[in-house]
Amino acid sequence: MELLVALSIGVMTAAGVYLLLRLRTFPAVLGLAMLSYAVNVFIFASGRLVIGAPPVLGAADTMTDPLPQALVLTAIVISFGMTALVVIMALASYLNADTDLIDIEKPGEQPEIGR
Amino acid sequence: MMEHWIIAPIIVPALIGPLIVLTMRHDIVLQRVAGLASGVMMLGICLALLVSAAGGNVESYELGSWPAPFGIVLVLDRLSALMVTLTAALGLGILAYASATGWDARGRNFHSIYQFQMMGLFGAMLTGDIFNLFVFFEILLIASYGLMTHGGGRMRLRGGVQYVIINLAGSTLFLFALGTLYGVFGSLNMADLAERAAQLPAGDGALVRVTAALLLLVFLLKGALLPLHFWLPNTYALAPAPVAALFAVMTKVGAYTVIRVFTLVFPETLAPIGGLISSVMMPAALLTLAVGMIGVLGGATLARIVSFAAIGSMGTLFIAVSAFDEAGIAAALYYLVHSTLAAAALFLVVDQVRARRGTSALTLQAPMPGGGLVSALFFAAAIAMAGMPPLSGFIGKLLVLDAVRAETWWVWAWAFILITSLLSVMGFARAGSALFWKPHDASAPADEGFQDAPGTPSGLGVALLGGVLALIVAWTVAAGPATRYTQAAAMQLLDRQDYIHAVLGTPAEREARQAAEAAYDAAHAGDGATPQEGH
Repeated sequence: MELLVALSIGVMTAAGVYLLLRLRTFPAVLGLAMLSYAVNVFIFASGRLVIGAPPVLGAADTMTDPLPQALVLTAIVISFGMTALVVIMALASYLNADTDLIDIEKPGEQPEIGR
Repeated sequence: MMEHWIIAPIIVPALIGPLIVLTMRHDIVLQRVAGLASGVMMLGICLALLVSAAGGNVESYELGSWPAPFGIVLVLDRLSALMVTLTAALGLGILAYASATGWDARGRNFHSIYQFQMMGLFGAMLTGDIFNLFVFFEILLIASYGLMTHGGGRMRLRGGVQYVIINLAGSTLFLFALGTLYGVFGSLNMADLAERAAQLPAGDGALVRVTAALLLLVFLLKGALLPLHFWLPNTYALAPAPVAALFAVMTKVGAYTVIRVFTLVFPETLAPIGGLISSVMMPAALLTLAVGMIGVLGGATLARIVSFAAIGSMGTLFIAVSAFDEAGIAAALYYLVHSTLAAAALFLVVDQVRARRGTSALTLQAPMPGGGLVSALFFAAAIAMAGMPPLSGFIGKLLVLDAVRAETWWVWAWAFILITSLLSVMGFARAGSALFWKPHDASAPADEGFQDAPGTPSGLGVALLGGVLALIVAWTVAAGPATRYTQAAAMQLLDRQDYIHAVLGTPAEREARQAAEAAYDAAHAGDGATPQEGH
C-alpha cells in the first residue's frame, strides 16, 4: 500500500510539474490542480497509513492520527479557492491580452495568439 | 497585561474588511474613513505591543484557551513587535497615499482587500504555529493578487497571472514541507518543534535537512532571493505603484520567516543542520545583491530600476542574516526596516513620476509639472536606498559590514556590498538625470508596455511621500535606540528559552500542570470505580 500511495503522489507531482512548465495558462491551472492533489495525499500520509481505524482515541484498538485529516481539509479548501481564482484571472488576462502565454513579451513585441 | 491585545491587529482588519464590502461598497468616502480609522487603530495597537515587548518578556496568546502545543498560539516577542509596527506604519501611510491620489477609486473593493492584506501580514508575523503561518501566507497572498491587479489593464492582468501561478507553486511546496515536517516531528507548534528537534533520533537527520531545505526554498521565494527572484520585477513594475510600495514589506515577510524558523526550530546548533542554511543562503545572497544592482544600472524604466533595487536590498539583508549570530541578525533587522521604507518611498516616487508624465520609462519627454519637488524627493529616496550618508541606509550597510567581519567569507561580503553600492549610485544617478535633467523632446511616445489613466498630481500625495521619507529620517536619528532594540531582539531570538517557556511554560509550570492532570485523572478514576466498590 505504501508503494502504491508513494507512486501515485510521485506520478501526480511529475504530471503537475510538467504541465506547469508548459507556460500556458490552461495547462498551468491543470498542473497546479495535480500538484495540490498530490500534496493533499502527501499530507494525509504524513500521519502514517492505517487501514480501518477511526481517528478517535479509545473507540477501537488502533487509531489513526486525526490531525493530518484536519490539515488536509484546510489545504483542500485553500487550493480549491485558489484554483477558482487563478481560472478567473487567467480568463481575464486571456480576454484582455488575446494570449494565454504566461511569459510576458518585451514592450512593443507582438504577443503570440493563443492556440 | 497585553495578553488579549496580541490578537487585536488580526481582529480589527478582519472585522473592518467585511464591514466595508458589505455596507459601504458604493461610497468611496465612507470606505476611506473606515479604512484609515482601522489603519490608525492598528498602528496604535501595534505601538502598544512594541512598548510591551521592548521590556523583553515574550507573551503567548492561546486561541480559544487550547493549551500549547495542541492549540494555535500567537506569540509576541521583540522581533514580531518590530515587524507588526513597521507594517502598520507603512500600511497606514500607503493607504492614505492611495486615498489622496485616487488610486483606490480606479477599481472596486480596494479598501476591503487592503484590510485583508494587513490581516494576513499581521497574522504571519504573530503566529507561533507553522501551519497557521501557511494559512496567513495564503490570506496575504489572496489579498495581494487582488491589489496587484487593481485598476486592471492588459499588462497588469498578465503580470498578475504570473504572480499568482508562481505563488501557488510556492504554496504547494510549503505544504509538501509541512507534510514532511509533521511526519518527522509530529508537531506544528514552533516552540514544540524546537524542543523536539533536539530529541530526534540520529537516523532522521536526512529528513530534518530535507524539511529545512524545503522550508528555506519557500521562504526565499517570498524573499526573492536568487534564483527565486524572477517573479519580482514584473510583479512590482506592473502593480499599481502604491501597491508595489506596500509589497516592499511582503518580501520582508520572507526574511522574517527565515529569521524566525531558522533561529528557533532549525538553529545552527542542531546537529543535522549545522552550517547548511548559511552555506546555501550566503552565496545566493551575494549573487542577489549583484543581480539587483546590475538591474538598477540597466533598467529601462524607473519602476523596474526600483524593483531591482528592492531585490538587491534583499541580498544585503540575507548576507547579514547568513551570519546567524547576534550582530548579524541585529544588523539585518535594522537594515530590514530601512530598506522597506526606502523601497516604499521610491515606489511612491515612481507613482508621482507616472502621474506627471504618463510613464516612468527613461525616455526623452516633455518636462513634468512640479518636477523639481519630485526630483528632490527622488534624490533623498535614492540616497537612502543606495546607502549613502546621511540616511539610515548608510548606517544599515555599515552595521552589516561590521557584523560579517567575524565570518570566514567576510572578504566576499565586503567586496560585493561596496562594489554594488557604487553600481546603485550610478544606476540611480543615470535614472535621475534621464528623468529630470536631460533635454526634452515633447513628441517622443510614452511606452512602458502599459499606461494607466493619467492621474492628477496631488499635493497631499507628495506630502505623504515626504512622510515616508520622514520615517527614514526618524529611523536614522533614532539609530542608537533602534540598534539597541534590534540587538536585544537578536539576543532574544538566539537564546530561544524565553520563547519556548512563554509558549509551553517553564519547566516548573509544566511539572505543576502534569501534577494537576495526574491528580485530576486519579480523582476521575476514583469516580469511575465507585459503583464497583459498592458491590
